[in-house]
Amino acid sequence: MATLKQVCHHIRSKNAGPFWVTIDLFFDGPENFRKYSESALLGPALLQRLFGADPALVKRFPVPNLSMVKISYARTSAQGGEVERDMHCGQQFVRLLDVELDAPDVRS
Amino acid sequence: MIDGPVKILIPTGSLGAGVREDEIRYAIERGIHAIATDAGSTDSGAAYLALGMSKNNRGSVKRDLTLLMKAGAVARIPLIVGSSGQAGGDANVDWTKEIALEVAAELGLKPRIAVIYSEQTKTTLKAKNAAGKIRALPPLGALDDATIDACDHIVAVMGPEPYTEALKAGADIILGGRTTDTAVIACFALLKGAPAGPSWHAAKIAECGGQCAVNRLASAGVIISLDSNGFEVEPASLANRCSPHSVSAHMLYENSNPFELTEPGGVLDVTEARYVAVDDRVVRVTGSAWKPQPYTMKLEGAGRGRYQTLMLIGIQDPDVLSRVDEFHDKMLAALYERTRATIGPAAGDFHISLRMYGWNAVSGDRPPPGTPAPREIGVLFVATADTQEMATQIAKACNPYFFHFPIELDKELPSYAFAFTPADIERGPVYEFKLNHVVEVDDPLELVRTEWIDLRVESRRTVRA
Repeated sequence: MATLKQVCHHIRSKNAGPFWVTIDLFFDGPENFRKYSESALLGPALLQRLFGADPALVKRFPVPNLSMVKISYARTSAQGGEVERDMHCGQQFVRLLDVELDAPDVRS
Repeated sequence: MIDGPVKILIPTGSLGAGVREDEIRYAIERGIHAIATDAGSTDSGAAYLALGMSKNNRGSVKRDLTLLMKAGAVARIPLIVGSSGQAGGDANVDWTKEIALEVAAELGLKPRIAVIYSEQTKTTLKAKNAAGKIRALPPLGALDDATIDACDHIVAVMGPEPYTEALKAGADIILGGRTTDTAVIACFALLKGAPAGPSWHAAKIAECGGQCAVNRLASAGVIISLDSNGFEVEPASLANRCSPHSVSAHMLYENSNPFELTEPGGVLDVTEARYVAVDDRVVRVTGSAWKPQPYTMKLEGAGRGRYQTLMLIGIQDPDVLSRVDEFHDKMLAALYERTRATIGPAAGDFHISLRMYGWNAVSGDRPPPGTPAPREIGVLFVATADTQEMATQIAKACNPYFFHFPIELDKELPSYAFAFTPADIERGPVYEFKLNHVVEVDDPLELVRTEWIDLRVESRRTVRA
């Protein structure tokens, strides 16, 4: 097992328009990307647990040539609404840092 | 016609953020054919559209416009501004127009200015919706008249066509309403015959100015250079450089899909794009594709919700800081009880929130057991109610509890640190974007109005009078 912050050199979150949030996971090299980016623990259930996201509205895009994975999810409350805490969602990445990943070995 | 590549300076990520005179000079020496920048986005929230107000202060927008209008006049190249005044509603555009006219008068310039509006009336949109021409984008559902009525202002986000029309008609300066960040830049390249894929892709890479460079603070602007096979991108300052990684990574920024970007009239697809270093400062990009689609414009509508009143305290008392979550829960329950006891049903469906800054205010979640106590916290009290008056009445009712709530009932009442008198701050209504829909149009200009201000003609009139 490894935590996301151990296998990524950069992790960021940002609003993508008023209705979506997008998370960029830049893995530390192709080796870590290959080993961890397909982890089932990085699936919609994680976004649901951490951010209350609707799993049906989670999109995931691996970008192999940048050794990164982009995960986007629909906001659960209106941007700037009554219970807003992070308008740009720029601090939401912090809850991902200590998420533990397994390394599914497809060859075995 | 332009000989060789089409070169465009994007001097900043947003008009008013601070263009740099030396970069403009360098770009003109490099032979740019146009200057293009957007002046806003939805990122800062719905208030700027709902209120018709700029996020940037007037002085910084005037400073940037002064430098850019002077450069455009000296180099005899067009200056293109989109999403004027942050939100690009009619009031935002007019605010920017007044500044541009002031600058022109001060500099003695006489440009032809095209002012392009894309704010929509509710009647127009209800008719479009009734005709089945408006479609929801996830996560929102089908549009109804009540949602249209709940908006204070609605804009249709423009593509490049109104801009290319204005350039063809001889505009020296374009001040556009809400436009996609990319269309503001792509319009000039498309007009000069650059291929669509590279035009849109270059515009996406350059839309935040120097953000696509290696050092995001070392330069404000970038220059894109388009030819028949692709484009090159370089920072507008010799002190900065672009790398294949910095350029390709920018395609990810603020974009929910790293490969596709939906625009009016098509989709930019960069799946096959290749990024190659030309030298240590310049990157060449090829393989960008454009897939035409039926023409749609995105709708942005902003409206106000309920009203809020705030109070703020600071706490350093270690007895509280060792039990922040317990303190939060007990105080919140006491504030609800206090409001119900003193205001009763008149308070309506009110809401009180306590944000524990220094503990968990950003996320609102519970820190794990064993988390060390902070040195101090700030507690932000937020009351939400149907009217501003009621939100403030709730804050006033809560005032003595919020400032003196004890963690131990048998000790004397504490006084937490507060900095302002009066202690409550009325912050007005919340503002939200209420639309995430697209409207089909028969013609890209159908929902757009262009007005011309020709200062050459107006000054002749002044002379005659």
